Amino acid sequence: MKPAAFDYARPDNLDEALALLADRGAGARICAGGQSLGAMMNMRLATPDILIDIAGLQELKAIAIMDGVLEVGAAVTQDELWRWPELADRQPLLAQMLPWIGHYQTRQRGTVCGSLAHADPSSELPLALALLAGDVVLRSQRGRRVVGAGDFQTGMMATAVAADEMIVAARFPLAQPGSTSAFHEVAQRHGDFAIVAVAAVGNENGVRLGVGGVADVPGVIDLTWPVADTTLNDFAWALGGADDQHATARYRRQLVRRIGKRVIEEVSDALS
Amino acid sequence: MQRVEDPTLLRGLARFADDLPTPPHACHAAFLRSPIAHGEIRAMDTATAEAMPGVLAVITGVEMQAHSMSFITGVKVDAPQYALAIDRVRYVGEPVAMVLAQDRYLAEDALDAIVVDYQPLTPVIDPVVAAGAAALILHPGAGSNVLHDRTFRYGDPAAAFASAAHTVEATYRYPRNSCTPIECFCVIADFDPGSESFEIMANFQGPYTLHTIMARALRVPGNRLRLKTPPHSGGSYGVKQAVFPYVVALGVAARIAGRPVKWLEDRLEHLTAATSSTNRVTTLKAALDEGGRILALDYDQLEDCGAFLRAPEPATLYRMHGNMTGAYAIDNLAIHNRVVVTNKTPTGLMRGFGGPQIYFPLERLLDKAAANLGLDPLELRRRNLVPAEAMPHRTAPGALLDSGDYARSVDRAVQEGGLAELKACRDAARAEGRLFGIGYAVVVEPSISNMGYITTLLSPEQRARAGPKNGALATATVAFDPSGAISVAVSSVPQGQGHRTVLAQVVADVFGMDPLEVAVFTEHDTGKDPWTIASGNYSSRFAGAVAGATHTAALRLRERLTLIAAADLNVPPEQVRYGDGRIFAQGNPDNSLPLGRSAAKAHWSPLSIPEGAGAGLRETAFWNMPELAEPDEGDRINSSGAYGFIFDFCGVEVDPDTFAVRIDKYVTMHDAGRLLNPMLANGQIRGGFAQGLGAALLEELAYDPDGGFQTGTLADYLAPTVMEIPELTILHDQSPSPFTPLGAKGLGEGNCMSTPVCIANAVSDALGRELRTLPLTRSRLAELMLGEEPPSTLSSTDPVPGTLTKGGDGHALQGQGSTIVPASPDEVWSILLDEGKLAAVIPGCHVLSMTGENTYRADVTLGVGPVKGRFVATVGLRDLDPPHALRLIGSAAGPLGTSQGEGLVSLFETPEGTRVEYSYTVRISGKVAAVGGRMIDGAARALINQFFKRLVSQSGGARAEEVDGAATTLLARLLSWLGLAK
Repeated sequence: MKPAAFDYARPDNLDEALALLADRGAGARICAGGQSLGAMMNMRLATPDILIDIAGLQELKAIAIMDGVLEVGAAVTQDELWRWPELADRQPLLAQMLPWIGHYQTRQRGTVCGSLAHADPSSELPLALALLAGDVVLRSQRGRRVVGAGDFQTGMMATAVAADEMIVAARFPLAQPGSTSAFHEVAQRHGDFAIVAVAAVGNENGVRLGVGGVADVPGVIDLTWPVADTTLNDFAWALGGADDQHATARYRRQLVRRIGKRVIEEVSDALS
Repeated sequence: MQRVEDPTLLRGLARFADDLPTPPHACHAAFLRSPIAHGEIRAMDTATAEAMPGVLAVITGVEMQAHSMSFITGVKVDAPQYALAIDRVRYVGEPVAMVLAQDRYLAEDALDAIVVDYQPLTPVIDPVVAAGAAALILHPGAGSNVLHDRTFRYGDPAAAFASAAHTVEATYRYPRNSCTPIECFCVIADFDPGSESFEIMANFQGPYTLHTIMARALRVPGNRLRLKTPPHSGGSYGVKQAVFPYVVALGVAARIAGRPVKWLEDRLEHLTAATSSTNRVTTLKAALDEGGRILALDYDQLEDCGAFLRAPEPATLYRMHGNMTGAYAIDNLAIHNRVVVTNKTPTGLMRGFGGPQIYFPLERLLDKAAANLGLDPLELRRRNLVPAEAMPHRTAPGALLDSGDYARSVDRAVQEGGLAELKACRDAARAEGRLFGIGYAVVVEPSISNMGYITTLLSPEQRARAGPKNGALATATVAFDPSGAISVAVSSVPQGQGHRTVLAQVVADVFGMDPLEVAVFTEHDTGKDPWTIASGNYSSRFAGAVAGATHTAALRLRERLTLIAAADLNVPPEQVRYGDGRIFAQGNPDNSLPLGRSAAKAHWSPLSIPEGAGAGLRETAFWNMPELAEPDEGDRINSSGAYGFIFDFCGVEVDPDTFAVRIDKYVTMHDAGRLLNPMLANGQIRGGFAQGLGAALLEELAYDPDGGFQTGTLADYLAPTVMEIPELTILHDQSPSPFTPLGAKGLGEGNCMSTPVCIANAVSDALGRELRTLPLTRSRLAELMLGEEPPSTLSSTDPVPGTLTKGGDGHALQGQGSTIVPASPDEVWSILLDEGKLAAVIPGCHVLSMTGENTYRADVTLGVGPVKGRFVATVGLRDLDPPHALRLIGSAAGPLGTSQGEGLVSLFETPEGTRVEYSYTVRISGKVAAVGGRMIDGAARALINQFFKRLVSQSGGARAEEVDGAATTLLARLLSWLGLAK
């Protein structure tokens, strides 16, 4: 379990990082916390030619609110966001979900944007981004573009990030007055990859439900009150799911029905 | 008293195997391992690997066979195993070649360059299938996959069953699991050609019977294999016994390389191929009278030892032989034992070994019997307990249960553990409709294995020819040095339990001194330290045997020191007393000497010490148990020296939505004789409980039915963490053993035996369902409880194209889907049959060359996201029906694993072009299956989708990259199909 040989670069600023990306292209991989990539490299599942380590780039360390959106820089760790004093007020769903990501130790290094880039189907942050309809800010030497959550994650571990691009920030819309959220995750052990993760945000008009861990990408659906069990059942079937050694597809669908109902009820109870 | 080990451990100063110095000219080994469960090695090309920078040698099975002998086992069959596979692989992870290089990185680089041509054979995975007449035989020389088959009769079980008022029967399957030490295997081997001898450091833990096997495999007498163990251990729980084949592999490597070789096992290697508990299929029958007294038990045990029977197996099957009647007085017993080989990792010792495999069926069956008789399950157990007045009690199969008052222990636990309150809690929960249950388990925990128990598998005639094997010889050395300081050395090879603390305590008690002044050495060197075949750390032999031997040695030493001190104090020896680090005269404490003064005298002035005290204050004691005789002619065996008693009960609640099992309360009562150190005892119980909990709810070394290994990371092999382990109520009874020097018995393994079934009984009670296997994962409980799944109300039952299921034969990935290609069927057909165009359609294809009619070889890079690997693929087009249908067959092999697949492609003309319908079956094995099981379905689907996107692009549609980029996300598709998009 030793990685194959690779070059390692620790650029001093974003421009250097982008120049390296432009130069090395498809063989390059951005590394921020390395909590997923490091393990994949040790097992030689991933064998990048060069790692570009952006963990030290101060310009990517910001957590800021602008235009009603919470912007999180690409070098911000999951733990730093969780400890950000305004989080519980401004985007309580993230405050609920962050402690479920991996373990205390991995959250010290794992970054918010790194989790989005990794695009694991069971991950909490891609689910949060999809549910909140956030955006991802990408940069390359060619320029800057903002991609919506729906277009960002294109499949299992696949994103719209081009070979010469990198994520510089993620944007999560702030919680709206009169809205409330709920989150529940089922895993075999605390900190395991979710078998099913379910999140919901709602207001008096309706509720938005998101599910991770079942399909290849987070599934999100907008529902109006009252939510019928048959709708949840149809949603569960539409997500599909596959059997693996931890859970059958049927169990996953059952969790969508039952845990989906639980979080919707939590939202509805909080609103009433 | 605090553990003397902890200041070193907590400050990070401990020296584990990997911390020990490596000779400067040492090289590093890495193993190439089989990605498939069963196959013949047709050819192996190591030339490229050997030419790589830093590579010193590549060792194959052929060379291993030339330099070593096969490992002997207790069952004489022609099924040889060497440290590397020779011409056939029999489990995923089996070592097939070794690379020696300047460092591990270079060695692993070279592994990827070795090309092995495997001819796959039918994998034989299920033990019942393996034992059947139709199964492919793993070891042709053995003539059968059943390597051992014996029946035993004690009393008259047939008559008991014939006359019984009630009989009850069920079949249970105990799964494969492990105890996952934090530290994996480590070996540093050196060979001295001058003396033709090996010096090998390994984090081996015993039993030292295996030293004989290692020396024989290395073709040297025992005194030419000097085996050393490191000062500290990162845990073992039995597992490190299985390092021994690697000791041989590294020894041979050092001999070939002419320099020291080091190997450190990584976690993937460990989980895949180190060792495992046995999985066992047991059909158990019980005969009971009207009053619930058990008249007879009848076990049919099918023990799956994996691909090879590796010493000390079939120890797991026979360790419990004497106590197969559990804690119950049962006069009649029938046992049918079979050992079968399958294409899985060879098994070995594991904390509790043999225990959970019998107590899971026995204690589950008693719940079933109680239900049949309308009895409370605890009441049924009480009626059958061995009574206190019967102790010591000889069981039907020969165990001599040494001490205990089982009924008293149960009563105390019921009272002090609060069973009545727990029952009230259950009733209240059930009244609210909650799923709450209570479970019990009664267990006898054997310790100090009889070195002869394994010979029970031989017939009395075979045993007579082989000569008797018996005893459990323990040894310890206690010595004073010239400064008057005392030290202890043992061959117990501790793995973190705190042996040094206990031994310091035992010796300090004898000499009336501070335990912190006693130095205890536990690293071991077979070349210089006393040891016996029974040495090592297993079968809970420390408290009873090793601490006892140490006590004996200390007493003998004190007798001699007393003679010296008596002369110094000028009093008769019987008036010499010890205390506070001094020796003094009885009745006159002022007449005293520091302890070390008299002791040092034996070194400095041996001519001055009295007659009878002897020179050199060093005592090595060998301690044995006369009770541990070899099996008698009736196959009765006292398989262990001491037998503790455990009674557990617990309450659990199952979440009706998630089927998560919450332990509401867990009470464990132990009678392990005299407790030497209550803090360490409770630590052992908590550790055993954690592992028992894991076995009950989470842990399985899982294989798919093709033998693909599925749990190669600690995110897939789910050992419980502190978050999953509930608080435990520990109670102790103390009935000293009359047979061990200190009255102590082992207690560290018991909860690995009792906890899995106790929790299963409680979950069964909560759900009202029979449970016949473990672990009780949430998904497994859900499948047991859920009725028919409500269908979707949407028109299509398969709204997501390419949905994968594990259907059909139950294991391969299967999928189907369709896509529209903007071209006529003839045009699509021509692409599929055109070499150049096909190359453009196959994802990641670098080179495609035709190797036969409609058969191609391709170099491809396949992957999803950052996960990529290079593979050599073969693709064949078969059953051509132009331009309507064809069958694709293919395989791929590379460092990440192997796969085989088959697909059917049908073309239908439509107004938009051609509708391509496809279905496929893929089997994936090797590393990617072991570590990425969660992702494989999605990855396979993504690759198939890439293929069809490229087909669309080749047919004049959008360019492949554009198709990729514009891929409709599932999110959007879902919303549109549901008609719920805004």
